Amino acid sequence: MSGSGNVQMIKAGGLSIEVERRGAGRPLLLLASEEQLEREASFVDELAKTFEVIMPSPPGFGTSERPDWMGKPDDLSYVMLDVIDVLGLKDVTVVGFSLGGWIAAEMAVKNTTKISKLVLVDAYGVKVGGPYDRDIMDIWTDHPSKVVTAKWANPENGKRDFSVMNDDQLTVVARNMESFARFCWSPYMHNPTLRERLHRVNVPTLFIWGEKDGITAPSYGEAYSKLVPGAKFVKIANAGHYPHLEATDAFMSALNGFIN
Amino acid sequence: MRAWHFTEMPYPNLPPIESLSTMRVSLPNKLFDPKIGADLYNRYLDEYMIADDLGLDMLCNEHHQTATCIDVCAPLTAAILARQTSKGQICILGNPIANRGDPIRIAEEMAMIDCISRGRLEVGFVRGVPYEIFAANSNPTETVERLWEGIDLVTKAWSPVDEPFNFEGKFTHRRAINLWPRPYQTPHPAIWITGSSDLENIKRAAARGFVFATFLQPHTKVKWMFDGYRSAYQDMGLPGGGGTAYMPLVYTADTEEEAEKGARELTWYLNAKTEPQYRNPPGYVPVDFNVNALKGTFTGRTDAMRAKTMEFLKEEGVMVYGTPDSVAKQLKRLYDLVGGFDHLLMMQQAGWLDHTRTVKSMTLFAKEVFPQIKDLPRTKPLNTKAAAE
Repeated sequence: MSGSGNVQMIKAGGLSIEVERRGAGRPLLLLASEEQLEREASFVDELAKTFEVIMPSPPGFGTSERPDWMGKPDDLSYVMLDVIDVLGLKDVTVVGFSLGGWIAAEMAVKNTTKISKLVLVDAYGVKVGGPYDRDIMDIWTDHPSKVVTAKWANPENGKRDFSVMNDDQLTVVARNMESFARFCWSPYMHNPTLRERLHRVNVPTLFIWGEKDGITAPSYGEAYSKLVPGAKFVKIANAGHYPHLEATDAFMSALNGFIN
Repeated sequence: MRAWHFTEMPYPNLPPIESLSTMRVSLPNKLFDPKIGADLYNRYLDEYMIADDLGLDMLCNEHHQTATCIDVCAPLTAAILARQTSKGQICILGNPIANRGDPIRIAEEMAMIDCISRGRLEVGFVRGVPYEIFAANSNPTETVERLWEGIDLVTKAWSPVDEPFNFEGKFTHRRAINLWPRPYQTPHPAIWITGSSDLENIKRAAARGFVFATFLQPHTKVKWMFDGYRSAYQDMGLPGGGGTAYMPLVYTADTEEEAEKGARELTWYLNAKTEPQYRNPPGYVPVDFNVNALKGTFTGRTDAMRAKTMEFLKEEGVMVYGTPDSVAKQLKRLYDLVGGFDHLLMMQQAGWLDHTRTVKSMTLFAKEVFPQIKDLPRTKPLNTKAAAE
């Protein structure tokens, strides 16, 4: 699953954590989506031309250890803060996608002393509507064919060929799917207390959102962004839940305008 | 050998199955007609009472949000039978303790039913099949842990205590636990557990002396599980051979032709439709199973069964049907193939199989088949020490 970077296992928070590092420059902590498709995406190499891109796999993802007591993205966020400390990073730009965005938000409400900027891309994490409002599509209850068309502006972009993967790669795919459910099953894709803590985020924050995201709609992203003081919200045309993969150029120009 | 009557209490009165994408979880409840439901509940309870009269034991279970099983509360069924029958054992297989999430409430209910029935209750616990995850909204990655924490707490709560105790586990937090009533049987009723592939779970059940039950599996796999159970039982130095239970679909008739027709109606259960996302929620099975699923080599039990012919299912012991002598012969063969078992759990009703034909099959079984297999020895102990006792 890993891309072209240097992959190593480090100890953080007492756990064995997989970290991939690519390029050189100011540190950019990239928190991948639950599927970790970012690890094979070309935009990461682009970023690695000006940043050192650091991609830790949270507990349960990639080959990182997942202890039984862990059950929430809140738990994962502490380990990711530990990674920043263990690697001695400072002035870190944190970019999180989907579940990675949720983890990034959980980190930023706890401690931003090492974080300089925050970017959340089609992130989960809060509930903005009432008990009967479906803020986030129920990806585990809806038919898989419906989920695919909601996730991708062009469902063809979501096709993955598992037949070319070896057992180690398939094990990572299966672990990622399992851990995603482990941490996000209920309360579904959100931490009820996170929205009440987001006022604590005191670094410049940008929300980037796929205009055609049917999992977390742009209206959800916009409402989420309003909970973070001074945050900006940008929509990317012709893109679903993963704008960085479906409309990479537009995504990169929005991102670069903020982080450079 | 004990023989148990079982129906899942299906609601078959649905639009053509071809027109439905699923019969479970998301089949709209506007399709449920309460008047038909009332008739069905009463009919199925009547059949359990007939089973009791015929000398059979009674097995019930529960599922949720599904037309395949409108028994949504096995303790209610068991409570009704505790009061309305007088002879047979009543077993709930089982209490979905991981999904219900309140082990003490379950312990209380079981104790009350055991008292009403004057000690005829046997108590099963189940992890719950994959599609149950959705109706209960249980995290699929932790139901095994929830199951065992719950079982151990119930077992302790049933036992007589001098003073109340507190429990602060991973999933349950309770103070001053002190069951009123406690079960009629002291320290508690026999405990059953189900399994279909996880040998570790089976061994854990054996170590606690639980009865192990499995459903609708090819006989080679049943033997593999029963052997695992029996050797774990032996390793623990427990007396006897423990208890094993197997459930096939069973239909007994006067002629082979009639039996085949009845058995074909029972396959309604195997053909029940479920949308794919409900069959394998993430984390329900271990990672290596899902690696095989990604390769397309793991499809799940009912999917595999659906593709097979009735003749094949008969050969495998998944279906048992025929004239009384033929059914007895098939059961003795199955008994030998799996190394013996103690409880025959019979799904004798499914789908559209009506009251008259269900009762006819039950009656023929009770009067002409059961006497032929009743005296088969209980599961043979593997350990010589136990055998000597």
